[in-house]
Amino acid sequence: MKSENITMRMRPLLAGAAFSLLLVSGGMAPAFAETPADTLVEAWAIDDTITLDPAESFELSPAEFIGNAYDMLVRLDINDTTKVKGGIADSWTVSDDGLTYTFKLKPGIKFASGNPITAEDVAWSFERVVKLDKSPAFILTQFGLTGDNVAEKAKAVDDGTFVFTVDKAYAPSFVLNCLTATVGAVLDKKLVMEHAEATTPNDEYKYDTDFGYAWMKTHYAGSGPFSIRDWRANEIVVMERNENYYGDKPALARVIYRHVKESATQRLMLEAGDVDVARNLEPGDLEAVSKNPDLTTASAAKGTVYYISLNQKNEKLAKPEVREAFKYLVDYDAIGSTLLKGVGEVRQTYQAKGVLGALEENPYKFDVAKAKELLEKAGLKDGFSVTFDVRNTQPVTGIAESFQQTAAQAGVKIEIIPGDGKQTLTKYRARNHDLYIGQWGMDYWDPNSNAEAFTSNPDNGDDASLKTLAWRNAWDIPELTEQVKAALLERDSDKRAELYKKLQQEALETSPFVMLYQQIEVAGVRGNVKGYKLGPSFDSNPLAPISKD
Amino acid sequence: MSMSETQRPAGRANRRARARLKAVAGFLLVVATTYLGLVAVTFFIGRVVPIDPVLAIVGDRAPARVVERVRLEMGLDLPYYQQFWLYLKGVLQGNFGTSVLTTNPVMTDIRRVFPATMELATVGTVIGAVIGIPLGVLAAVRRGSVADQVVRIVGLIGYSVPIFWLGLLALLVFYARLGWTSGPGRIDVVFEYTFTPITGFYLLDAILARDWAVFRDVLSHIILPASLLGYFSMAYVSRMTRSFMLNELGQEYIVAARAKGLSETRIIWGHALRNAAVPLVTVIALSYAGLLEGSVLTETVFAWPGLGLYITNSLQNADMNAVLGGTIVIGSVFIAINLLSDVLYRMLDPRTRTR
Repeated sequence: MKSENITMRMRPLLAGAAFSLLLVSGGMAPAFAETPADTLVEAWAIDDTITLDPAESFELSPAEFIGNAYDMLVRLDINDTTKVKGGIADSWTVSDDGLTYTFKLKPGIKFASGNPITAEDVAWSFERVVKLDKSPAFILTQFGLTGDNVAEKAKAVDDGTFVFTVDKAYAPSFVLNCLTATVGAVLDKKLVMEHAEATTPNDEYKYDTDFGYAWMKTHYAGSGPFSIRDWRANEIVVMERNENYYGDKPALARVIYRHVKESATQRLMLEAGDVDVARNLEPGDLEAVSKNPDLTTASAAKGTVYYISLNQKNEKLAKPEVREAFKYLVDYDAIGSTLLKGVGEVRQTYQAKGVLGALEENPYKFDVAKAKELLEKAGLKDGFSVTFDVRNTQPVTGIAESFQQTAAQAGVKIEIIPGDGKQTLTKYRARNHDLYIGQWGMDYWDPNSNAEAFTSNPDNGDDASLKTLAWRNAWDIPELTEQVKAALLERDSDKRAELYKKLQQEALETSPFVMLYQQIEVAGVRGNVKGYKLGPSFDSNPLAPISKD
Repeated sequence: MSMSETQRPAGRANRRARARLKAVAGFLLVVATTYLGLVAVTFFIGRVVPIDPVLAIVGDRAPARVVERVRLEMGLDLPYYQQFWLYLKGVLQGNFGTSVLTTNPVMTDIRRVFPATMELATVGTVIGAVIGIPLGVLAAVRRGSVADQVVRIVGLIGYSVPIFWLGLLALLVFYARLGWTSGPGRIDVVFEYTFTPITGFYLLDAILARDWAVFRDVLSHIILPASLLGYFSMAYVSRMTRSFMLNELGQEYIVAARAKGLSETRIIWGHALRNAAVPLVTVIALSYAGLLEGSVLTETVFAWPGLGLYITNSLQNADMNAVLGGTIVIGSVFIAINLLSDVLYRMLDPRTRTR
């Protein structure tokens, strides 16, 4: 009786609560969401963007923003990535001694601000990079530029002529390739200097201005097809069509990047039409997207390669037979057909596909017998134990586990030490690992970048000034280091390509790097988006050709 | 005699004032010690984390020369106690340092991310309390019945199902399939140009701007993650309500009230719940404070730019200024909510007022 009464009284209350919740959520039904016709919305994990300044930025997502919002003297030719084409420069000549590069600028072109682009802006942008001396500055300073000589070596002869003098007769392909990097972006001197702050010169920093460094972290002073209107860290990047752009006007009025980290969330937003492009789809979600008739996918092999490396400070891992044996202990086929499906392709040479002199060879197969034979030759018939530092992200974790199993078949006991990305990297950089699984993206689109990283180690001492990947694994290789240097000075492109092929062949056989695969960048795209294409590097993912039906 | 007679009340008032002053001083001391402990522990944990903080700033590719220069700039070559002292001095002057990841002053960042979390937590707690309390009362009053079992199971699910999974499922059903709510994020991109947040609480901002289209959009964005957080909070609140109510319903004054012939409605809502409300306030306050820390997983699934995500991301990059700033804010929130629930106690329970 009693309890019945209570229920009678409570029922309307509870029903009311439930019903009002339904009303609230049902009353605001947005049917199929659609983004505005002149706006492209992309979902992308952009938390690696820490600055928008081309002189400092060296991460992946900002490379795409800068690549579309700025212009360089020369740009990578997407149709033949072993060549460059004109950006701000209309034409260029190299002097006979190979030291002087003269660039003629396109006439009458303007920055987004409306200021004219002159050779002085180019020279000043070079000077700014060299004097600020941030992470990517070495791409320019490796040509012999210093704070003291940059004004002389990177010089405006007149408004339309810029002359760049290098310290050695480098291969012209090397110099030009380096100038396509985002650090070579041309900045609007007038605009930036309006926001420059005075500084007090000291031993570390000898200049009385910050060259607009503080302002440029979050602002924009370029001339690309799009301008950067707004960036809120870990939230959003808004780009707008640059009405002063000298080339073909983009069809889109704006492009918005929303920070969405989770693959499944990105997929839901793409399917619902809240975003036009999803950039971080994992294999499972990618497969679903590719089966959806309303959606398409785009993909491109990127200049990032993945590898397992063997620290040569470990006596066992330093034996040549062990290095070779490990290359037979990876089940490349299994990894390629499951873990890497759609997001990577097996690659056993360290140069990325598409770069000058890339060697196309995948000689190693999973072969336990062969590996055992090699281990026996090394005097390790009964196997041994090593640790393996692995950061906990896919597909890296999956590959590490696969390798752990296949290596165990030859008696190599691997203990996986999982860790956060920055944590394992810190340990790796201090050379405290046994095995490490890493990724390496090219610093700039030239074979020298990876050749230097993998096969050059000028000083194997603990306090070396140049800490390449070879150094991180204590691989002491004076001869290869010399060969890398020599390849830089080979001015004939074909001969230069041959030198790099030879280096890769050598690394394939003897290096402590078990090369695994090259990354493929994929994107899920809504069907009404036309002209969406990914390039070989993040600064060559072009937004300008994109339109929407 | 007459002198002492007039003095006595004054002396008593004095004593009372002094006692109150002492209480306040004691409270401030506790707060100060809490803060100092909080900052010290977080600071030193941050320094023993095996992550190189320079890495977050210069990246993996920087030449050794640049790495070394930044290390000096950050003062990382100094002994730990000196680094700590420098940091503490900055904090006392209101300078929480700069986040290396976003390059903004830490407090600017937190002013941006905290309202997002607070808005979500507030809506979530309201949902949790509004549904959780009646359910708990129902379960207590009809103890052992089907209704009680149902509430128990619903609560258990809320307690044990991973929020990550439930969040994705909710998105799939209500956003992708049914289209009842908006998707991840706080606001639609179409409003990115027309709507300028003032307080950072978008619902409030939309009301202030009298922009009802924005209000609807923001509401349809917040309802899903807030309901999810509300569900978890509801699970906790309903269980606690049930047990507090059972406790009250067994008391003699309930029997007396029934004997007096009061209606069941008045007995349950007017008497039993009134008394159960006091401990309930603590429960709700604690669950609210928990939500204010920011739920990392909810924020990840719903791409919600809140405090949880900010601190986690900072921690993974050894961005210690940001982590410390966030920790101090969360500490303050806990202290503030404790104070608030003390005040509410006094309002709800006359016995605590007389002292």
